Amino acid sequence: MTTTSAPAPPIPPLHAGEGGAGPLPSARTRPTGGFTVGRTLRYAALLFFLLIVLVPVYVLFVTSFKGAGDASPTRAWALPTTWTTDNWVAAWDALAPALWRTLQMVIPASIIAAVLGSMNGFVLSRWSFRGANIVFTVILFGMFIPYQAVMIPLLQLMLGLNIPTGVPSLILVHVIYGIPITTLIFRNYYQSIPHELIEAARVDGAGMLRTYFSVILPVSAPGFVVVLIWQFTSAWNDFLFAVFFSSSQNGPVTLALNNLANGALLQNYGVSMAGALFASLPTLVVYILLGKYFIGGLMSGSVKG
Amino acid sequence: MTRTIRRWGPPVLLLTPSIILIAVFVYGLIGINFQTSLTDSHTAPQATGQAPTAFVGLENYFALLGDDAFQHSLKNLVLYTVVFLVGTMVLGFVWAWLLDKPIKGEGIFRSVYLFPMAVSFVASGVVWRWLLNSNEGENASGLNRLFQIIGLDFLQNPWWNNVTWGIAAIALPAIWQLSGYVMALFLAGFRGIPEELREAGRVDGASEWKLYRHVLFPQLSPVALSALVIVGHMSLKAFDLIMSISKPANYQTKVPAIDMYLYKSSFDYANSAAVGSILLIIVAAVIIPYLVHNARAERR
Repeated sequence: MTTTSAPAPPIPPLHAGEGGAGPLPSARTRPTGGFTVGRTLRYAALLFFLLIVLVPVYVLFVTSFKGAGDASPTRAWALPTTWTTDNWVAAWDALAPALWRTLQMVIPASIIAAVLGSMNGFVLSRWSFRGANIVFTVILFGMFIPYQAVMIPLLQLMLGLNIPTGVPSLILVHVIYGIPITTLIFRNYYQSIPHELIEAARVDGAGMLRTYFSVILPVSAPGFVVVLIWQFTSAWNDFLFAVFFSSSQNGPVTLALNNLANGALLQNYGVSMAGALFASLPTLVVYILLGKYFIGGLMSGSVKG
Repeated sequence: MTRTIRRWGPPVLLLTPSIILIAVFVYGLIGINFQTSLTDSHTAPQATGQAPTAFVGLENYFALLGDDAFQHSLKNLVLYTVVFLVGTMVLGFVWAWLLDKPIKGEGIFRSVYLFPMAVSFVASGVVWRWLLNSNEGENASGLNRLFQIIGLDFLQNPWWNNVTWGIAAIALPAIWQLSGYVMALFLAGFRGIPEELREAGRVDGASEWKLYRHVLFPQLSPVALSALVIVGHMSLKAFDLIMSISKPANYQTKVPAIDMYLYKSSFDYANSAAVGSILLIIVAAVIIPYLVHNARAERR
């Protein structure tokens, strides 16, 4: 991963380093055949943990296909007696409007934060000036603050500025509090771009903005993929801001799901669990299709939320 | 003059929007929040600014820290953090260790261990609420029922409904979600160790165990520190899981982040802001030294 001088941490999450936003490296050598006690034990342990991790998935999946009477405690772990999609239909009816609102919120929030992060990342990594490190650290701190410490004045400010709750205010908060992480990821990414590329542009007489638009942006696609995935996932999964800045009428899917699961007098686990699967599908699809970029985002020290 | 503008104009232009936003929405609001926490704004009319609010100094902080219920929140926070940290660090490390040497199906194990990270706490809360159902015996469901089926009845317990230890049960789903992340960090750490180091150890006749103990583990300490700080600061902000598994009003699982929400809901903005500031101080005590350490390490 890191090719800089040795003692630097191997995957310093908050550090720039070559491949900082890259995928997780694979083992160096191919597995060789043959049985040994050690390897068998290793497989057994790995499989055991695999099953443990998958237990909640089994429960979610199975329960979401159970009819009302089927979800009794005594049959909690059994397969459905008859498989039904009723829960899925009910969950879709309950969540569809919120899913749509979430999409309307997440897309602009991701794109705007990514563009800002790209500009910052470029300046902070490639046009370094005295104090660039301090500016970066000051921005980065915004990623770690507990949002509870700004929530009350933030509420009052939104009220004062007449920003409607729901989608508009959620876009705003996700853009603002997304800036630290998008800056971090882009800064790491741009530091992995060869110096010569920028030097060449400078020698050709290109100013900073020219360099940014005609040299840096065209090679930024991989960085944008990582950042957009990360912003998309964390804004999609956010619940804290959703609770403070929206209501059940205009809230995103996490809020709607929580109301669905906690609200009904008569608990219908089947519907809640189908709903949980619906609410997780977009991020899971992203994880499955773009897994290595998703991990790239994690490795860059993604800790929002 | 023109030279200065040409040199400083463009970078300032690109950075300015973000710097203004961060200055206002992070540092500015932290300041105003602190100010609010020093007032006696405890009711709805005061919160909406209709009545003047008085400056009361640190009174709210003393009242909070002296309050049994808030002390319970702080105790819960410590317990939750300890269980969550130990759980994710141990599991994440063991998984990475198991996967370090080449093995068939590595990609599958890695993907499965890591996928819960992509799911929201609210969605996983739906299923964990059921798994951690506190009914025992006849009506047992969730994990308690599973223990019954496999003959481990003695493991049945009220989970998050226990007043003293209940919060530890909420840490289980958090461990489930984030151990894979810690694994990814450690695994990248293992893979980042130059092959020559291992070779050197083997040439010197070190056993596999000694190689790990004396060569590889020490190399991982920066990774361990990063993981500790990242997971630790997440645990201090725990909110989503508790909201979706337990209820905000439940005494047994409350933590400061929940208190902050409850005070806000009853328009007690002063106390709400004070709880937020307390959380910030706790997080800052961990994060600022870490960020400074990182900035220094990078300059070298």
